[in-house]
Amino acid sequence: MDQPKHDFKQRAAQALGDTRLQKALQNVKRGFVEKRQAAKTKLPEFDRLREDARAIKDHTLSHLDLYLEAFERKVIESGGNVHYAPAAADARDIVLQLCQEVGAKLVTKGKSMVSEEIGLNAHLNAAKIEVVETDLGEYIVQLRGERPSHLIAPVIHLNRETIEADFRRAHQRLPYARRLDQPEHLVAEARAVLREKFLAADVGITGANLLIAETGSAVIVTNEGNGDLTATLPRTHIVVASIEKIVPTLEDAATILRLLARSATGQEITTYTTFLTGPRRDADPDGPLAYHVVLLDNGRSEMLGNEFADMLRCIRCGACLNHCPVYGAIGGHAYGTVYPGPMGAVLTPQLEGIDRARDLPNASSFCGRCEAVCPMDIPLPDMLRAWRERDFARGNPSRSERLLLKLWAYAAKRPRLYHALASFVARSLVRRGGPRGRLSHLPLAQSWTVTRDLPAPQGKTFHSLYARARKREARR
Amino acid sequence: MTPTPASSKPTPLVGLFVTCLVDLFRPSIGFAAIKLIEAGGARVEAPRAQTCCGQPAYNAGDRKDAASIARQVVAMFEPYDYVVAPSGSCAGMLRVHYPRLLADDPDCGPRAEALAAKSYELTAFLVRVLGVSAVDAAFAGSVTYHDSCSALRELGVREAPRRLLRSVQGLSLVELGDAETCCGFGGAFSVKSPDISTAILDAKIRDIADTGAHTVLAGDLGCLMQIAGRLARERESIEARHVAEVLAGMTEEPAIAASRQKR
Repeated sequence: MDQPKHDFKQRAAQALGDTRLQKALQNVKRGFVEKRQAAKTKLPEFDRLREDARAIKDHTLSHLDLYLEAFERKVIESGGNVHYAPAAADARDIVLQLCQEVGAKLVTKGKSMVSEEIGLNAHLNAAKIEVVETDLGEYIVQLRGERPSHLIAPVIHLNRETIEADFRRAHQRLPYARRLDQPEHLVAEARAVLREKFLAADVGITGANLLIAETGSAVIVTNEGNGDLTATLPRTHIVVASIEKIVPTLEDAATILRLLARSATGQEITTYTTFLTGPRRDADPDGPLAYHVVLLDNGRSEMLGNEFADMLRCIRCGACLNHCPVYGAIGGHAYGTVYPGPMGAVLTPQLEGIDRARDLPNASSFCGRCEAVCPMDIPLPDMLRAWRERDFARGNPSRSERLLLKLWAYAAKRPRLYHALASFVARSLVRRGGPRGRLSHLPLAQSWTVTRDLPAPQGKTFHSLYARARKREARR
Repeated sequence: MTPTPASSKPTPLVGLFVTCLVDLFRPSIGFAAIKLIEAGGARVEAPRAQTCCGQPAYNAGDRKDAASIARQVVAMFEPYDYVVAPSGSCAGMLRVHYPRLLADDPDCGPRAEALAAKSYELTAFLVRVLGVSAVDAAFAGSVTYHDSCSALRELGVREAPRRLLRSVQGLSLVELGDAETCCGFGGAFSVKSPDISTAILDAKIRDIADTGAHTVLAGDLGCLMQIAGRLARERESIEARHVAEVLAGMTEEPAIAASRQKR
């Protein structure tokens, strides 16, 4: 967040050369793509659910103020508090203040991309509050001082050996001779370490996969149960969520949940789906004494009215990442952003400005698979193109790139000129290609020939051959 | 070929959208398309004033130039009953993107809708409109087929090329693993991010090699230049051709990026 302009190209090049990362990225295909496909095949009404889910979100977003007010009323009715945060800094400050009010020294956290977006951990740490991530993947990236490299699989970029080394470094009071050579060992160790934190924490912070206006509930889905322990053990529970997470009813939440797990991990439903509604009631055996929901805007209201409104349907399932050839080639960290992959390439320019993030919407072959697998039917490629249009309108692409494009467009609008130029280019490429029929090096097309030969044209252009054939026919 | 059952309707006139890549690099694809359309029972012309569909501008964010090129195409192909392109990408541009691009233009908007409705990718046109179910061609050996992203996802073309290929004598079709994954071309993406583009391409090349086929076919010359360019660079012996060349039985030209010397 505090870095200068994202150096996407450099990071991408580094990622492509990182053999360990490349090996880890192979797991995306096996782990996610195939499982999602199997889950979708088993649910014949998947496409109908997708239409329903889209309609639910579109409806909610067009009445967002009303549903947010209804949600707030319900949260207050159940004894909780709602705080509106217009920007990231506001949300950080609200959370810090809530923590300081109860004298918090230790905070446990469930997995939350919004907390990454607002840079929450660093803000709390700066105020001498210890923050412990309790999702296993998030815990590992926290130990490493990294960002999650995937929305739902934060350590998809790592292998077991790396994590073992991290654990040995971080858990030095444990005997060195202990076994950590199986994933189960790592899980057991993290569980033991985190259990102490769960019990000692003063405040638990979670995100929310959905907020339900009808009941004032926050829904979190996890496979580890860490979210429940984070939400219910400490005296204070704070939910940090962005405003577009809201849906009108429990029924609507159910529709989206059916799509979420299938699209994310290929599960029919996650191991834990938790509905959190307010603090502990008098008859409840447990639960937090205080319950707060921090609702983050951070550019969302602006998106409601611009060409990126569809993006607000996103449920952060990660399907677009899993199916993106670019993400598959470079992984999440190369994006240098909180939100990677196609959804991140649409969202980040809105959050950070197109000047800083202009490489991201350009890093797409427009293959359209992200849109095809998106459970919320978000037209991601169209929105990437919309960012390119904004970028172009601001005069951002390099002068040489614009000049080339303008010259090409000038010719493309003048067929006679265009055909003359095409014939000229064909002739010179044929000559350069010679009998090999291809060019391995071409000064003006080095970005192509650096990795690929350029097939030489067959000879004359189609239009010159076609015109000649037509003339011959006419003479006959 | 099996043309549509005789009807009282006059023979339809097809405007061939040649595509800028076919015009410049591989005219034989255009002539193969003409042969296939005629054999399917339609007349075909390639209007001389065409240049490009405008995707380079459209995908670079230059909406204004893209729209003026689109208007030119809309007007040029108005006299034809159908517009057919030997490319999913360009057909997708005409069919899916022109109506959006010109939506705010009170004159050209509705005309773009009309153009979109009659625009087809070649194999889809042969099968869906002309009712062609078999071609009169022979090609010895095993081939694999690469679906271009735009044909597959924008136009829903998957079965048409396979159906026609299965009718080619001597040809056996081996399906590609991960067939729905991009080859990494993406127009300007291939030169703006050559390293990422090539990493994506190399996965595709591995899948192609794994089929054991000696020829890879596709319906888009963009993908084919990308694939053939890398195959040639890596000295792979697999050949790349446009599906129209094989369907039309016009494979006497050397394969894409192949040596022009007599073998």
